[in-house]
Amino acid sequence: MIQLKVNGAEQSFDGDPEMPLLWYLRDVLGLTGSKFGCGVGLCGACTVHVSGQATRSCVTTMRDTAGKEVTTVEGLEKNGLHPVQKAWMQINVPQCGYCQVGQMMQAAALLNSNKKPTDKQIDEAMSGNICRCGTYQRIRAAIKAAAGEMA
Amino acid sequence: MSAIENVSRRRFLTGGIIAAGALVLGVRYYHKLSSGDKLPHDTTADHATLHPSVFLGIDGDGTAWIVASRSEMGTTSRTTLPLVVADELDADWKRVKIEQAIGDKRYGDQNTDGSHSIRSFYDAMREAGATARFMLIQAAAKQWSVPAAECETDLHVVVHRSTSRRAGYGELASAAAKLPVPSREELKLKPKSAWRYIGKGEVSYDLEALVTGKAIYGMDARGDGMVYASVERPPVLGGKVKSFDDKEALKVGGVRQTVPIDPFQPPPAFQPLGGIAVIADNTWAAFQGRKKLNISWDNGPNETYNSDAYKNELRATSHNPCKVVRNIGDADAVFAKGGKVHEADYYVPLLAHATMEPPVALAEFKDGKATLWAPTQNPQAVQDIVSKELGIAKEDVVCHVTLLGGGFGRKSKPDYVAEAAVLSKKVGRPVKVVWTREDDIKFDYYNAVASMYMKAALGANGKPTAWLQRSVFPPIPSIFDVNAVYGDPSHLQQGWTDIPYDLPNLRIENGPAKAHVRIGWLRSVANIYHAFAIQCFTDELAHAVGRDPLDYLLDLIGNPRTIDFKGVEYPNYGAALDAYPWETGRLRNVTEVVAEKSGWGKRKHGKGTGVGIAAHRSFLTYVATVVEVEVNDQGEVRIPRVDVALDAGLVVNPEATRAQFEGAAVFGTSVARSGEITATKGVIDQSNFQDYSVARINEVPSQTNVYIVESDAPPAGVGEPGVPPFIAAFCNAIFAATGKRVRDLPISKLGLS
Repeated sequence: MIQLKVNGAEQSFDGDPEMPLLWYLRDVLGLTGSKFGCGVGLCGACTVHVSGQATRSCVTTMRDTAGKEVTTVEGLEKNGLHPVQKAWMQINVPQCGYCQVGQMMQAAALLNSNKKPTDKQIDEAMSGNICRCGTYQRIRAAIKAAAGEMA
Repeated sequence: MSAIENVSRRRFLTGGIIAAGALVLGVRYYHKLSSGDKLPHDTTADHATLHPSVFLGIDGDGTAWIVASRSEMGTTSRTTLPLVVADELDADWKRVKIEQAIGDKRYGDQNTDGSHSIRSFYDAMREAGATARFMLIQAAAKQWSVPAAECETDLHVVVHRSTSRRAGYGELASAAAKLPVPSREELKLKPKSAWRYIGKGEVSYDLEALVTGKAIYGMDARGDGMVYASVERPPVLGGKVKSFDDKEALKVGGVRQTVPIDPFQPPPAFQPLGGIAVIADNTWAAFQGRKKLNISWDNGPNETYNSDAYKNELRATSHNPCKVVRNIGDADAVFAKGGKVHEADYYVPLLAHATMEPPVALAEFKDGKATLWAPTQNPQAVQDIVSKELGIAKEDVVCHVTLLGGGFGRKSKPDYVAEAAVLSKKVGRPVKVVWTREDDIKFDYYNAVASMYMKAALGANGKPTAWLQRSVFPPIPSIFDVNAVYGDPSHLQQGWTDIPYDLPNLRIENGPAKAHVRIGWLRSVANIYHAFAIQCFTDELAHAVGRDPLDYLLDLIGNPRTIDFKGVEYPNYGAALDAYPWETGRLRNVTEVVAEKSGWGKRKHGKGTGVGIAAHRSFLTYVATVVEVEVNDQGEVRIPRVDVALDAGLVVNPEATRAQFEGAAVFGTSVARSGEITATKGVIDQSNFQDYSVARINEVPSQTNVYIVESDAPPAGVGEPGVPPFIAAFCNAIFAATGKRVRDLPISKLGLS
């Protein structure tokens, strides 16, 4: 039996410990905000926070999540919108939107550790997150806007 | 074949393939259903108090229900078309609720493809809004006993100014519903000066849902009793299962059963590819079970397909006379005279869509009826294929359209939805089929691999005196007819038969190529390889004669004129040439605008840096792009800046349009830098983002500036036209920076270090 916390709530899981966290979140808990994009940690659509760190949930097993605290977009902000979400709306970032939850989870983790990232630091932190619609220019602008808000 | 149906002044395009009896219904006045006979797929608009159109209903509380009949994949059509209805209705956007239509022919064409949502439905949306406004005004006038001509509307209310009377749309809805629906001729559309939303735009109706993770894509659809499926498909197109052993697969925890799917009968069209499905309690178990299948395949005739050899075949074909698709003067006679001749071969490989959401669909077959929840660009095509596969009537197939996690043309082909339907019938439960990224890359409908041979004779002033261009590519119609080998007019038109240059001697040819994989539409389609060849060859010629590429390009475009397509089969993207003539002056204008905005010729470019330019019309929109690149000693390419000018006629939603062109530069970056699908013995070599890489944040243009030219021309496309000129301008910039000419894509093969 694996015990973990998801968005503040205690959960236990007695299935295949090799199951990636992503499928536990989506298929078992019904938290579908985190997306499946590649299954091998190459696109970032599945990004969640595990113990505060941006983590690719599609390649993180339930075994490795035991005892950890997981935050998904559904629990990113308890009241209203997180500054990153507000910035994403203000800059009108999404097109299809499918990758954007992963982008925002990555960006929120970046801003937690670096209050004022440079363009280069943004590129480094965000280069694991693919957006096929090509909203990168706005993602960069939104991260800067969110940084201003959080400062 | 023509894709045009004229109804009154409206035109509807049926997409790349021509649907028999193309549907021409725009705003049809739909009989209101009496209470009690509500069907499960009626919209709220259908049952609203006032319901003058299939696209609109107004309730007593003033809520305006607007039906989005086109699919939303990020281009904002689900917002922008309802915005047109709201404008003509004079509605308060905050009181509008958008409903997504199921697949239903009463909405007309729903194939959200070919960048034509706005242009094909702009008039229909305006008429829907205007009809309701007319009826609301009539109702108020009657109530107040004043002439209707004295009444007007103002943001969700009807007003009679001289008596200061006002009535909200909600309170008038019931009375308005008792009035006759006006004819089209009675409608008075708002003048441009009174537009609230058209030309100003709005952000996506779904924006908050998108940033909170609440938006529902196909991947997120869930149903009671649902099981999950993952399908092992024949690795070679047309292959079949010889035998299989599922013992180990069935031992995987959570796996329920395996189900064979029949191979398709050629042509493939939108049929499932066949194979063995693993059915499980969750997605992960289905994936794991599938890995344990032991299948022996009969690969069939496409086993001989190898991309390297195929490239050589295409090129060899293009070096010999092919089918003439357009001719002016006598190019051969000029070439025979000798003099300065320039030749080049261009090549673009197969390309995959790689939508961020892989193909996925949920199906429930019950009581002889099928219900689907799918991220599809074409729900009526879903109805067609599912009815065929299951042997049920089209009316018994209900296709709900979720949001799409990207489309780019992939999700116009509903093979993956048909798989789910077939499996649900066999399993007797709702089944969700989830494609892996590997499935997506290996079983796509690829953009055609193409080889182009270009030849020009150059006169004394450096201008071409004769021009020959031949293209060879496996055509999209091959998915519907295995013997189709020549380009069809709807794809030859895409930047090939409509070369915009004023040339005294021109011959355009197309050669045969047999397809060994499924070929399909991908954002910009044939324009990708045609614009690449023509716009890069133009740049080559400019350098060959020592001219500035911008001046040379403008010289070739020549004086403003309308291209005469006499004797050429030119479908003009399904639009009439009188409404959407090919005007070279507009191409010239965007070229001049982008040159000025980008500071062409005015900025200094140091070692390893350079700019390139290209201009192209596609989907009836004129675009010119300037790309600036920096190439360092290691051959790494950066793109500091892109400028793009476009003339898309009337632009309803400028913000969404800018976003589309920013995105097009990124999509083009992926194609140019690394886009390449290859096959060995008929099996696709690539599988995921490690070997089919798409552009990441550190590889894309740092800054894309979009300039929208003001225009009163009718609206044209914005989703696709940005891609083709970007690719050519990017490659021309690399030449300017390095002296190395990109003739074969992707540029990763060139070796720039």
